[in-house]
Formats: sequence, C-alpha cells, structure tokens
Amino acid sequence: MVDQRKFIVSHAPFWHSGKNVAQRSYGIIIAALPAVLAGIYYFGMPALGVISLSVSFSILWELAFNYVAKRPNTIGDGNAALIGLLFGMLLPATAPFWFVITGTFVAVVIGKQIYGGIGSNPFNPALVAVAILMLSWKKYFDFDGMLINYDFDFTPFYPLVALKAFGTSAIESISILDLLLGRQVGGIGATFGLGLIVGGLYLIYKGYIRWEIPLSFVAGVFLTSQIFNLAGADRFAGPAFHIFTGYTLIGAFFLATEDSSSPVNVIPMLLYGLGAGILTVLIRNIGMFPDGVVFAILIMNLVNPLLDKIRPKAIGKVV
Amino acid sequence: MLEKLLSNLATPRFGREYIGGTLPGLQSIPMPQKVTLLLNGSANPKEQLLIKEGDAVNTGQKLSLSEEREENGAYVISSVTGTISAIYPFTGDFGRTYTAIDIDTATTETRDEQFNSLKEDPTLETAIAYLSGLPGNPPLALFSNAEKPIRTIIINGLDNDLLVATNQYFVVTEMDNIKTGVEILRKITAVDRIIIVVPRDYVSGIGEIEADIAAVDAQYPEILPHNIIRHILGQEVPAGKNFEDLGIAFFSAEAVASIGEAFESGEIPVTKTLTFIDKRGERTLVEAKIGTPIGDVFKTYSISPKDKDRLIIGGPMRGSCIYSENHPVLPDTDALFVQDESDIARVSDYPCINCGECVRICPARISVNMLIRFLEAGQYESAADQYDLYSCIECGLCSFVCVSKIPIFQYIRLAKYELSRMNTAEATNG
Repeated sequence: MVDQRKFIVSHAPFWHSGKNVAQRSYGIIIAALPAVLAGIYYFGMPALGVISLSVSFSILWELAFNYVAKRPNTIGDGNAALIGLLFGMLLPATAPFWFVITGTFVAVVIGKQIYGGIGSNPFNPALVAVAILMLSWKKYFDFDGMLINYDFDFTPFYPLVALKAFGTSAIESISILDLLLGRQVGGIGATFGLGLIVGGLYLIYKGYIRWEIPLSFVAGVFLTSQIFNLAGADRFAGPAFHIFTGYTLIGAFFLATEDSSSPVNVIPMLLYGLGAGILTVLIRNIGMFPDGVVFAILIMNLVNPLLDKIRPKAIGKVV
Repeated sequence: MLEKLLSNLATPRFGREYIGGTLPGLQSIPMPQKVTLLLNGSANPKEQLLIKEGDAVNTGQKLSLSEEREENGAYVISSVTGTISAIYPFTGDFGRTYTAIDIDTATTETRDEQFNSLKEDPTLETAIAYLSGLPGNPPLALFSNAEKPIRTIIINGLDNDLLVATNQYFVVTEMDNIKTGVEILRKITAVDRIIIVVPRDYVSGIGEIEADIAAVDAQYPEILPHNIIRHILGQEVPAGKNFEDLGIAFFSAEAVASIGEAFESGEIPVTKTLTFIDKRGERTLVEAKIGTPIGDVFKTYSISPKDKDRLIIGGPMRGSCIYSENHPVLPDTDALFVQDESDIARVSDYPCINCGECVRICPARISVNMLIRFLEAGQYESAADQYDLYSCIECGLCSFVCVSKIPIFQYIRLAKYELSRMNTAEATNG
C-alpha cells in the first residue's frame, strides 16, 4: 500500500476539443491581416507605424494593468494585441503617437480591464476608445484633414463626408471596384473591402465568429439605405455605397462580433446585427456624424444582455 | 472520432465506432487473490454485525451488515469463495458511504445454493432480494415503490459514453439470455411495455423477442437515456424529474441478460463485463469477477500505469477518476479507461469569454454561458431557477468545447449535489 503510484485525479470530461483563447485571438488577427497590409500599401510607412504602436502599446497597457492590479499576466491570450490591431485599423495613417497611446490606454484599461478583463467587457474595447477619442479630439478622425498631404491616384476625399455635405452628386465618381480594392480614403484597415470580406469569411469558416451577426448587420445597412435611397436619391446614397465605405465591413465582421459584447443565441444575434446595421445608416443619413458604425455597435452592445434573454426553451423546462 | 461537418458551421457530432462486425475479443481476468465488495451504508461501531472478519463465504452468498439493512436492499452477493479478511468504511464519489468487505479467495469454489431453490418460480420478491447487485445494476428496487408505478421498461443496448461497448456486446452475443430476461421481467413485473433500444445496425440480428424494438442512431449525445426517451417515446423528461416519475425504468442490456442467466441457471452471475480502453484508445472487452481490483486487469494486459497517468471508471465524457489500483470492479463499472499523462486535458480558471460554443452544442438548449456565471459565483439556487440547471442531461459536451477550459460539467454536478444537500438539510430540520 505504501509504494502506491500517484495518479492524476480530475473530473469528466477527460477529453477536450483543444480550442483555446489564444488560438481564437491570433486567428482573428490573421484574418485581419489582408486589410492591414492593403492599408500599409496605400498609406505607406505611417500606417505601419500606427499599427505597430497600437498593437505594442495595447500589450504594454495590459501588462502594466496586470502588474498594478496584481493579476496573473494575460497578454499571452492575444486579446490585447487583437484590440490594439483593431483600434489601429480604425485610425487614419497619420494619427500622432500620443493619440495612439492614449487610445490604446482607453481601449485596454477603460474598455476592458476595469470591468474585470477578458469576457467581462460590456462594450467592444476598441470602439470605446474610438468613441471617446472621436468626441475628445474630433479633428484626428477627420480623414480629409489627416490625409491631406497624400497624393492619391484615386478619389482623394472621405466619401462619407462628401456624401453628407454635397449629396449623391459628389460621390458619383467613386466606383464600387475602387471601394472594394481599398482605393478610398479612410481608416488604415477599414478601406480594403475585399480583404475584410475574405477575412470575415475565414473567421466564419473557422468558427471564431458566427455568420448571423455580419449577415444581419449588412442586411440592416442594405435595407435601411435602400429605403432612404428610394425616398431621396439625390441626398441619400444606395446600399452598395454604404456597405463598402466607412467602417461598415470591418464593423460587421470584426467589431460587432466581439465575443463578450455580442449575443450568443440565434435570434438575438440576428436582431443585434440588424439593429446595428439600421442604426449605422440612421446616424449616417440623419445624424451629425459622417459614419455611424462606432455608435451603432456601442448602442447595440448596450442592449445585448437584454437581447440575449430571448433564448430557446430548455429541454424539460417546466414553466 | 469527432466528426465536424464543414468546420464549425454545423454542430460537431461524435460518431461512434460500432463494435458490430469486428467484435473485440473477450479477455477473462484470472481469479483474483482478493476481492473487495462495496456495501451501501456504513456500520455503526457498536453494532453487532452479521458478518465478521474470518467468516467463510461461498460464491453467490448474500452478505449484509444486519437483517434490517438487508431488507432495505443493502446487501452484496459474494463473487468468490473465501474468507473475509477485512471490513472497513469506504467513501465514494460525492461523499457516498460504503462498507468495504475484503475477501481472500480460496482455491476451490463452492456455490451458495440458496438462490437455486427459488429459480423455478421467479417472483419480484426473489429478484429484489437476490439480484439487485447483478452486473449492470438492474434497478429492481424501483418496482417496490407503490407511489411511482413503473409502466415501461427500456432495455438499453447502447452505452452511455463514447468508446464504451459493453452493452452493445451483450446485444450481439448474449441475445438468448436477454430474451429469457425479458420473459422473466414480463412475468414478475406489471409493466405495459418493454422496449429494447439497439443501434440501428443491429436491428436485423435480434429476431423474435417479447419486446418492442427501437433503433437509435448511435451518436453521442443521442445515446444518453434522456435523449433515448425523447426519440422513442416522444416525451421530454421534465427538469428535475427522474425516469421513474414518468413510470420508466432503464435496464442495461447486461442487467437483463444477467437476470435471464440467473433464473435459467440458478446461479447468480458474479462476473462483470467491461470495456477496457488502453492509452492508445484500443478497446477490448474484459470479464472480471465483481470486486476484482482493477490492478489485476492491468496485470493481465501487462500494462503498468505510470505516476501521473489517469485511471478512469467509465468513458471519456462522463467517467470518474479513481486514485488507486486497488479500486474494485463494481456492478456498474462499464468501462475502464487509462489515459497517459501527455494526453490529459487540463482545466483552467480562465473566465468565460462568452463565445457561445457551449450554447450551440448543448443538447438540452441551456444558456450555458449564463449558467456558468451563476455557478462560478456559487449562486446555485438562481442557476436552477433562472438558467435551467436541472435541464442538464450531463453529457459533458460544454466542458469539451469550452475555449476557456472551464470545468463547466463539474460545476453543474457540484451545483446539483450542493442543492440536493441543502434540500435534505431543510427537510430534516423542518
């Protein structure tokens, strides 16, 4: 009895699918890379600088917070890097360094860590940062002003602002192909529509995001902008324009789908995406901001816990 | 083994390997030097016991601590002939108390004749008094409860975990005994209906039987009793209710075959068949006397588990770990699974990231993402009231897919156990 072997004792199940959080974060980062690389191609070295600074400072802020809060080190799960990457993708290529550093602080510390870290954030951290910075330093999100020194071989103004100011006549020269290929003014990682779609489909294929949210988001944008367009074609652009400009695609595939702030049941996912899509176009067309994706998703984040109460009846449930 | 259709677009499903055409061979474990039998309940230190160390026992002899306990069903049937060498308390999973009886085996085997005289006239009383501890643990005691009459018997020819093939083996090889068992069950119980559930592939091989035959897709988690009831009776088991509340008793195919064999031969079967799964996932069927230390199974296969390996009674999804090679083979030990240290999946204390994998895979449609938040906070009552704790059919798939590696299944079991303890305490304290 004395020389008994010591076995590991634990509880069922004894198998695991092998999925983990880090795999998920890095998977999403890989999916975002085509759009980021296109952004670096069009906007040059400053874009690379912003992205690198954003990713590295997100990780540093998380590390610093872990240290201060005496929590275990969580940068290994890749979530901070992912938040940094997504935040960087939304910025103009010429964003100043302090702006990026402040933004990543807001994203990681205020957007995520003070709620208790990964899984506990009620809002998408990157969007919290963009919203706060957009309200605090509006001019750094004015893409026309920020990218004024660039010499583009495509339409050199931010389509959404032009649309808001001058109506559909101003955007007639912009072809959908240009928008898809990233030949438009906008955030570093938000312009290359094709790359975002491919990345998004990869995410759906890998199971990192669910198809319900992006699809219903795009459907919401499509339907609402179609209705506006029918009501006044001179003032309101059609669905294709709205889907391929601004933050729509990155919002649909990468921002609205953030795990912690989006629903998990099917009907709530559809409502959530649809709501965000509708709000996006409402803000764009009748609100004061040129792009509505940021606030639309944040508002839907807010109602997510309520929406997710719509769930199927469990087996054998006695009401 | 995990078949995923189009990656994650469809819910992952476990296929099951049929033992069908290629039955793994049956390996007999030689007569052990010592067996350990577990008897329900613990002895009072001052009590005068019916059995004591040094008593000689015969194979098939009924052992109990007192006559009163014996009448309440707390008895074991000795699986060997020999002398009692030790009687001591034993604690099982979730604090269940047993009295362990060690018996040193003698060289010659003598059969106890008590049951033989009763075999000609099978009655429910005889069955309850002698056969409750048969291999496969037939739930015969359910029939003595007048408040919950049993109307339907479901004979389960499937096993309730992955890799386990014990009951399938009985459906393939022991159909004659099962048929006898069915006849006896019909005679001694007043049930309206007996249904035998088998994998779809086996239906044609059954032949004449006095029971309805139901075929089920042998896929996990469809093979779990709750799902079987839903498929073949079109009935959902209400949350928190037992099968007996619906008038259903589940018998394993092995238990029915054992009942048949017992009345046919007049000897109470004492040999348990189990699926042995080695570190490489190779399966063989093993026959061992009830009470055989599982270490003897390893010896037969010349396998020697290392430190930090994991020994599991049951299958990979729902089994339970044991800490000693002296642990005996019990009447409900359907499988023995050895896992190498390098294959062991660790759990973590990482928080839920709300990815929803568990929600999508849950066969009971529970909002596991919300449930686990209540369970982690220890709010078991809210979990039961608001998030369907009692709807859980305990398949373990939520833990299997959890990205954060949260031991969700264990939290659920713990919550149910804690709640039942609270309810018992409330009932006894008024």
